[in-house]
Amino acid sequence: MSIKLEQVNYVYSPDTAYEIHALKNVSLEIGDGQFIGLIGHTGSGKSTLVQHLNGLMKATSGHIYFHGEDIYAPGYDMRKLRSRVGLVFQYPEHQLFEVDVLSDVCFGPKNQGLSKEEAQERAKAALRMAGLSEKFYRQSPFELSGGQKRRAAIAGVLAMEPEVLILDEPTAGLDPRGRDEILDQIQKLHREKGITIVLVSHSMEDVAKYVERIIVMNQGEVMYHDTPREVFRHYRELEAVGLAAPEVTYLMHALKEKGFRVDADATTVEEARDTILAALGKGNP
Amino acid sequence: MERTGQPGEMLRAEELVYEYHRYDEEGRETEATRAVDNVSLHVEKGEFVAILGHNGSGKSTLAKHINAILTPTGGTVWVGGKDTGKEENLWEIRQSAGMVFQNPDNQIIGTVVEEDVGFGPENMGVPTKEIWERVEESLKAVDMLKYRHHSPNKLSGGQKQRVAIAGVVAMHPQCIVLDEPTAMLDPNGRREVIRAVRALNQVEEITVILITHYMEEVIHADRVFVMDSGRVVMEGTPREIFSRVEELKSYRLDVPQATLLAWELKKAGVNLPDGILSREELVEALCQLS
Repeated sequence: MSIKLEQVNYVYSPDTAYEIHALKNVSLEIGDGQFIGLIGHTGSGKSTLVQHLNGLMKATSGHIYFHGEDIYAPGYDMRKLRSRVGLVFQYPEHQLFEVDVLSDVCFGPKNQGLSKEEAQERAKAALRMAGLSEKFYRQSPFELSGGQKRRAAIAGVLAMEPEVLILDEPTAGLDPRGRDEILDQIQKLHREKGITIVLVSHSMEDVAKYVERIIVMNQGEVMYHDTPREVFRHYRELEAVGLAAPEVTYLMHALKEKGFRVDADATTVEEARDTILAALGKGNP
Repeated sequence: MERTGQPGEMLRAEELVYEYHRYDEEGRETEATRAVDNVSLHVEKGEFVAILGHNGSGKSTLAKHINAILTPTGGTVWVGGKDTGKEENLWEIRQSAGMVFQNPDNQIIGTVVEEDVGFGPENMGVPTKEIWERVEESLKAVDMLKYRHHSPNKLSGGQKQRVAIAGVVAMHPQCIVLDEPTAMLDPNGRREVIRAVRALNQVEEITVILITHYMEEVIHADRVFVMDSGRVVMEGTPREIFSRVEELKSYRLDVPQATLLAWELKKAGVNLPDGILSREELVEALCQLS
């Protein structure tokens, strides 16, 4: 169930000199409640792909099914789709505009036709989920720190109670702690609310640490769609398309070459630590 | 105060303070924020210096003092021996210290790569023939010469950022300040930019001041400054700085993944040296053990 793409193609400026085939026969399925990482170099088609998932862009050909329903069928409620599949753009804080944080987060649910009270309830819940306490309600969004603004913007999408949350590089430009805080919060949403997450990221370390499955895009095509361990096993192929594996993957391969009996497919610091300790005959992971 | 400056000195800040003031409708001051609070530091010519710090720690405000986009509200900054607080020095300071920002799209103006790179020297009144020489050598320095006739729009993020850097290099600065130049780039773009920056420092001997959130990018620096609440709270070589994992975390920062793994192993009782910076060093140290 959830989201299924069948032979989706998207062509920018068709029949002109600027024609770009941004998505080529993309077929994939994103299951309910999964935490997906979407990686690919700049221009690989990631952003085009995510904008298809909530109907912001319409495929040139192919089909997209949300819970089994063809979203391109006549009479399909696109508006509803957009609130069920929430999209947080890159640098979403540039889209904050209201006088205070609470009003900003109320904008979405109000637009969905909820009363002021209902919208406020939703907004408060969303701000809690995004990790912003009551003391921020009446602050101007423009006076928040970078990480707080980012949270307010994410809360604005959460307030629409989406079943799927797509985040396009939610940690770009944040300091390491800010990055960890946002990603931990997203992981919590995933675990506690069962929300399906699609995380677009340039950080292989973050993807390895948080997601269950990775989709790798290259030149408009799906190159891999698998678990982090399986995907990062292809680190040489990933490098050839402008990506990389997490630093620990390289380290584990180097250790293996030196004769250490380690699990070369470890992708996180914790996994690496445990397998090195085991290889050294210390600890009992 | 006038200084001639030591011959080898690129930058000196003494008790630098920068305050942002806010006023209400009647023009009364309501709030003052000290973005930079009593910072004293110096950078030698040819050094590669990195500045780390969380969002809002004051590092960008400090950086903007280096080419006099901001001037101190307290203390003094000298760039190449020139006081940035003096109007008559601005022209010279801005030529000797160039800046590169986060978003390449906001910095590129030309419709062809070589035109964009030539814009700076042209504005400085460099003779046409020399402009072309500078364009060529700058594009070569960042490994973008083969794209000289391309449109910047068609380039990748890393390529655009390298064009932006070439635009600064063409002005023949003694010092380049890069404020999170890789924040918006994919891994390949980040690698390309950092490689270009290191080449400028090592081959062209340009002083580099790199501000970043990526810990891996600073391991090649000569010295690292860590900022918090407008102050410099740590200073040292990358090895010294990254030996202090817990202190860095308290400033909302991080260490390179190889360093973190070494630290975790050490905590679990593996006898490793402090301040391991790269995977090569960690592999080496682990080989020594067995």
